[in-house]
Amino acid sequence: MAQDTSLVESETVVEPAVEHRTRDPRRPKRFLFLRNGKALTGIGILLFFGVLAVVGPWIAPYDPNQVSVDLLQPPSWTHWLGTDHTGRDILSQIVVGTRGVLVVGLIAGVSATVLGVVVGVTAGFVGGAGDETLSALSNVFLVIPQLPLIIIIAGQLPTAGGVTVALVIGATGWAWGARVMRAQTLSLRKRDFVEAARANGERTWRLVLAEVLPNLTAIIAAGFVGTVTFAVMSQVTLAFIGITPVSDWNWGTILFWAQNNLALQRGAWWWFVPAGLCIALLGMALTLVNFGIDEFVNPRLRSTGMNARVLRRRRIRPRIGFTPVLRTPPGAGPRAAAAGPTRKERS
Amino acid sequence: MRFAVRRTIFYLITAWAAVTINFLIPRLMPGDPVTALMGRMQGRIDSNAEESIRVLFGLDTSSSIWQQYVDYWGLLLRGDLGLSFTFFPTPVAEIVQQALPWTIGLVGIATIIAFVLGTSIGVAIGWRRGTWADALLPITTFFSAVPYFWLGLIAITVFSVTLGWFPSSGSYDRGMVPAWSWEFVGSVIYYGFLPALTVVLSSIAGWILGMRNMVVTVSSEDYVTVAHAKGLPERTVMVGYAARNAILPQVSNFALSLGFVVGGTLIMEMVFSYQGIGYTLFQAVNTQDYPLMQGCFLVITLAVLGANIIADFVYAALDPRARQEG
Repeated sequence: MAQDTSLVESETVVEPAVEHRTRDPRRPKRFLFLRNGKALTGIGILLFFGVLAVVGPWIAPYDPNQVSVDLLQPPSWTHWLGTDHTGRDILSQIVVGTRGVLVVGLIAGVSATVLGVVVGVTAGFVGGAGDETLSALSNVFLVIPQLPLIIIIAGQLPTAGGVTVALVIGATGWAWGARVMRAQTLSLRKRDFVEAARANGERTWRLVLAEVLPNLTAIIAAGFVGTVTFAVMSQVTLAFIGITPVSDWNWGTILFWAQNNLALQRGAWWWFVPAGLCIALLGMALTLVNFGIDEFVNPRLRSTGMNARVLRRRRIRPRIGFTPVLRTPPGAGPRAAAAGPTRKERS
Repeated sequence: MRFAVRRTIFYLITAWAAVTINFLIPRLMPGDPVTALMGRMQGRIDSNAEESIRVLFGLDTSSSIWQQYVDYWGLLLRGDLGLSFTFFPTPVAEIVQQALPWTIGLVGIATIIAFVLGTSIGVAIGWRRGTWADALLPITTFFSAVPYFWLGLIAITVFSVTLGWFPSSGSYDRGMVPAWSWEFVGSVIYYGFLPALTVVLSSIAGWILGMRNMVVTVSSEDYVTVAHAKGLPERTVMVGYAARNAILPQVSNFALSLGFVVGGTLIMEMVFSYQGIGYTLFQAVNTQDYPLMQGCFLVITLAVLGANIIADFVYAALDPRARQEG
């Protein structure tokens, strides 16, 4: 790995590294990921939607399918987000629909990640002809446009329910993860600790499970989050163009009804804006978690967590080519150190 | 040379895989929707066309699967994709042929604009890391998280319903006859502006983020520091040293994310009723027009493949290492 050109750009006291806070060296490291503001925000939003998905049907003010006489009403106290063309409550549709979105995202994410890990790690670990075949397979799947593929598969299925769609998305969306996983496995395969385990006579499956996989955790997590994002988008898109049954509520279904009943032309913004914002919020939360993982893995990106004002206040002059490194004066305590920007952890 | 041969083989395999997937999907599906449709079309399809649909969808149970596969290739090589049910009796190939230029025009131009613009913005933001420029990041995050089609809906609401600046659907003024006149081209640009704008807005975020992160990573490399130390002008270092190296993964990403971008823009066509291949696919799905669906998928895949080949050779031209290692 290339080394950072570390230079102390700050005018705070220069002090040899982190010696003074070695009281419990494991604790701060473990929560490093959660100290990242982006990741924390993302996880917070995800938790919110998660809770909504579980309790949604109970807390929804109305039955989402219940027709009423309030046709196409703008938001009011009785209907917080207004009603659609048959008087159904839109807030209830969104709340109830959360579960559908998250379940499909999760199933598709898990299945695609498992496939990706199996194919990628096998390819990287086995090498030779097996590797060639598996890489060619995942490259083919990378080049074939996924959304049209999902559309024609789902379009020809007689009943494309949520789980089916999730599995179709999983079956077509694993290739990217496999490619990343293979590259990383290749670089791990020849490391000393793996060689040592091999020399000890460990079996192959144990080498993979105990030596290689734990070192792939961050990448697997990032791949999983990325796949969930893709799955959510695909599923919402499929619902929007009316491939999945319109009776299953998810955010795409709401947009489907809005589009087909001329919500745009009628100016019924409450019909399609909230659902879209929910999708965007969920997508953003997932992206933020992925940023968090990225910065956790790649310390060079971490200073981006600070904005210009914080930098100025800490009297750090951002300069290209140099990673700002802050060293805390002795006795300043771990709090100040924790707030420090890009202290270099072990790299 | 080795590089070119390797890539050509890969693309041939991919093309073969796409055709085979297209062959297998209708045969693996439970139920038999096509037979039902054929029943409805009884007597209206001439025997020749019926034969080709049978071959395309594997209704010909008397012959072995291998024989079906050979027949299928035979049809494809003659450019016969069957007849469309929706636009009966127009051949699928003809419909696709009419729709394809619109998609290539819209998607191609919008994607290139997004790539060039996004990459330049990414360089600028990455170079000024830790300043006000970082404030742009949350905005781009938001845009990358918004589904394409929803952004299209919002654009229609704002620009065509509320403000009335642009038409909300179609690809040219229906009162005009397609011709290579200034008037007609102007109309096409006018109608295409809003779809193109939404495609650019929603796909640009990915390019900005990718380029920014690469510039941040590259700019702590030794050669950039050396360039600084030599006292080269800031601009020269930024463009000639940092950006030049940072753009390489961007180009290879371009090839890989193309399928994703194309998928998104196809949905955009559906929102704008833009008469390209995405809209055709949409109509086919809604009317359960299986031959048209299959045809659209095949053509989309082959088009993406073609774009990938171009991106590959651009990459090879930019990076000598790729040419050598292959």
